[in-house]
Amino acid sequence: MAGNILDINDETFESEVIKSSLPVVVDFWAPWCGPCRAIGPIVEELAGQYQGKVKFAKCNVDDSPITPSKFAVRAIPTLIFVKDGSVVESITGMTAKAKLEEVINKLL
Amino acid sequence: MENVDYDLVIIGGGPAGLTAGLYASRARLNVLLIERVAPGGQVLITDHIENYPGFPEGLSGPELTDKLVAQARQFGLPIESEEVESLTLEGPVKIIKTSGREIRTHAIIIASGASPRTLHVGEERFQGKGLSYCATCDGPFYRNKTVVAVGGGDTAVQESIFLTKFASKVYLVHRRDQLRATKILQERALANDKIEFVWDSVVTGLDGFFGLESVKVKNLKTQEERTLTAEGCFIWIGIVPNAGFVGDSLEKDPWGFIITDAHMATSVPGVFAAGDVRNTPLRQIATAVGDAAIAAYSAEHYIENLKS
Repeated sequence: MAGNILDINDETFESEVIKSSLPVVVDFWAPWCGPCRAIGPIVEELAGQYQGKVKFAKCNVDDSPITPSKFAVRAIPTLIFVKDGSVVESITGMTAKAKLEEVINKLL
Repeated sequence: MENVDYDLVIIGGGPAGLTAGLYASRARLNVLLIERVAPGGQVLITDHIENYPGFPEGLSGPELTDKLVAQARQFGLPIESEEVESLTLEGPVKIIKTSGREIRTHAIIIASGASPRTLHVGEERFQGKGLSYCATCDGPFYRNKTVVAVGGGDTAVQESIFLTKFASKVYLVHRRDQLRATKILQERALANDKIEFVWDSVVTGLDGFFGLESVKVKNLKTQEERTLTAEGCFIWIGIVPNAGFVGDSLEKDPWGFIITDAHMATSVPGVFAAGDVRNTPLRQIATAVGDAAIAAYSAEHYIENLKS
């Protein structure tokens, strides 16, 4: 199911997220971050569940430092929820799947 | 004998819960472990564990979690992500209400751990925007920047030292005039020239526009207030038990930790507690796994007695 999550970076953020016709969930993560690794499988499950309705992307803050600083992301894991080019919600820290579903359903 | 879904349900997937799961699976109990988000608990935010016996080179929290999960799964422990809402503990069959269902079980081990205590100075505004509880996760955002760390115990001191790998300066704000941390950690922190100690002081406010820009601190002896310019503020001022779902159904200490006896039995027969959620004099991975082994052993005997 990992195939459902697009890897994005500072170069592709604009085209893949801001200009996306579908709502986008962006997972800011890094390999050194334990909680990021722990919620990875939950984000993958959600990507499978909302396939075709919501685009899921992940951004490695180590490789792409500009995008997180643009959104004042200074803690990970942070998920931002983007609709029509603007950030409508952001959640930091390990969050239960049900809570994430609730936020995603509001994007639809 | 009334029908149940499980002999034993373990609530929480940190080192205590996973160890209880390992022991219960090896005892061939019909057991389930439920975890709010994903296994690991507080150790997930620990970069380097150097006091867990058997690992002289140390290991990271995520590494230990992976090992514990693999070891428990090897004996067949099922792990599910569910959030517990409430418990009904009267009678021989206990009922656990989760976000999605009701689970009936003979015995319960509560190993739901604890969470970082918060400052209560309006930090919600800076959640993810300068405020943090995890140096491993967020330290790298503060390369060559100034940060504030709050606390004087093991976590505060160890993590402040870790932060100096990235930050150009760490103010360590502590309400007393000496640290509580283990001596070896104190020695390292006091010798670190990137750490500036702000003694006898507490944080009274956080300020910033998009993200955190400054931290206000007050000296408790002189009442003097001071503003520290910093983009990050890391809070390590202790923990609170994750025991809200327990309500008043079990005896707790004045801080809300669940009271147990030497067998890890709570005030209700068939309900056991292990790890940080318990009223214990020391909260370490080593003590959590010890509690858990006893709790699983006690639960096994409780269930055997019930069935015989």
